[in-house]
Amino acid sequence: MRSMREALAGFRRTPLLCVLSIGAIGLSLVILGLFGLVAHNIGGAIGDVERRVEVVGYLLDDAGSEKVRAARRELEALPAVESVRYVSKDEALERARRDLVEFSDVYGELRVNPLPASFHLRLREGFRTPETVSETAGTLAAYPFVEEARFGDEWVERLFALRSAATGIALALGGGFALIAVLLIVTTVRMAILARGEEIEIMQIVGAREGYIQRPFLLEGAVTGLAGGLLALGVTRLAYVVFPIRFAAIESLAWLPHLWTAAGVAAAALLGLLAAAYSVHREVGRAYGPS
Amino acid sequence: MISLRGVSKAYPRSGDALRGVSFRLRKGEFAFLTGPSGAGKSTVLELIHFQTRPTEGEVQVSRYNSRRVRRRDIPALRRRVGFVFQDFKLLERLTAAENVAFALEVIGTPRREIAGRVQRLLSQVGLAARHRSRPSELSGGERQRVAVARALATEPRILLADEPTGNLDPDAAGGVFELFRMLNRLGTAVLMATHDADFVRRHPDIRRLELEDGRLARDSAA
Repeated sequence: MRSMREALAGFRRTPLLCVLSIGAIGLSLVILGLFGLVAHNIGGAIGDVERRVEVVGYLLDDAGSEKVRAARRELEALPAVESVRYVSKDEALERARRDLVEFSDVYGELRVNPLPASFHLRLREGFRTPETVSETAGTLAAYPFVEEARFGDEWVERLFALRSAATGIALALGGGFALIAVLLIVTTVRMAILARGEEIEIMQIVGAREGYIQRPFLLEGAVTGLAGGLLALGVTRLAYVVFPIRFAAIESLAWLPHLWTAAGVAAAALLGLLAAAYSVHREVGRAYGPS
Repeated sequence: MISLRGVSKAYPRSGDALRGVSFRLRKGEFAFLTGPSGAGKSTVLELIHFQTRPTEGEVQVSRYNSRRVRRRDIPALRRRVGFVFQDFKLLERLTAAENVAFALEVIGTPRREIAGRVQRLLSQVGLAARHRSRPSELSGGERQRVAVARALATEPRILLADEPTGNLDPDAAGGVFELFRMLNRLGTAVLMATHDADFVRRHPDIRRLELEDGRLARDSAA
């Protein structure tokens, strides 16, 4: 209660500095929030495409149905494999007639079905790396009755590189802006401590406990971070509503998941707390000597 | 009660402040710590208040030893050792009563007890009538009395005073000194640093610890 009172008194004592700090932290986090919004949507789009990654094995016509069933069971048991779909020759033809309307005449006049039966393997999340896809294709191709296994290796690798780059940029930008926010809070709390230097000195002289002196500043840092986080959330939401962005194949941007926004605001408050703890430890802790 | 054994203190920039200082101050004793400016008087007081630690030797205050003291024990030690400064260190925006109340509040005195204790403390230093005055409205002597009242808020057994009469005229200085003597008669040990040799000479009954260039040059009790 006293800590909260003192923290609020700190805001009243240097209102301009506090508003500037919250604004600056908010701005840093807005940029992070907007990037998060884009990253979330890129991630979603990549995830959609990744889920469609298939390893397809085309079977020879003389593959016996017993062998095919046994192979299917073996493939389903592979740890990387999420599902195995068997497309018979008749289904393949039916699908070709349906999907390739411009060739419907050609397919309609066929006496012999030229299309092979096939296995379509989907991989589990976390196994959709170029290496695992390639390895699974190799396993499939090893069956003597599999004529050919395909998986679009080039674009799987590109997709994976794109995802890695997006993650790297998100981490670098996130870390950069978090660092800016931390530096701002460290400075704000240091200014607050300097503004109350006389009081702190007297508290230390008469025997106040370290925590008693430090708590209001820690709270001030956490509240500054929280306020900056909420400001950033509000501005990001406003930008999302006012400027509906469209890019690439994404029709319209999806808003961030609630967990992300809650975690973002909580992380801002935590950053504020940690930054204040650093400042307080440096400025106040000295008077108590080595720990 | 206070014991310094072979204490040396060196600062990275300014070099040696104290060299091999040893003395004891017993319970309820009064002593002057004298010497010219820069002799190391303030450093001795800071060491006893555990604001700094010796480079060599050890400081013992009650049960607290500078070699073994834990960081979290320092506030408790400081509540036993009151400190009065030459420049008073009062908060200008607070009244005399609020300055004393501030000290009581930060050591966790229950709120309902604070007003009564502030009144008693200000009465003890003869300032009950000026409790609503701010430091800027008080004379130097009165400000020092408020500072003493604040130092007494924690009911210390030891009172350290760093040039407490340095900014006061002779009358005010005499008044503050008499206050220290009265507190000492009530059982508080007092260690008063001063460079005013005339003032010290006027009180030959009081023990004198004389520092010169960081060494204890004379101890009148020895």
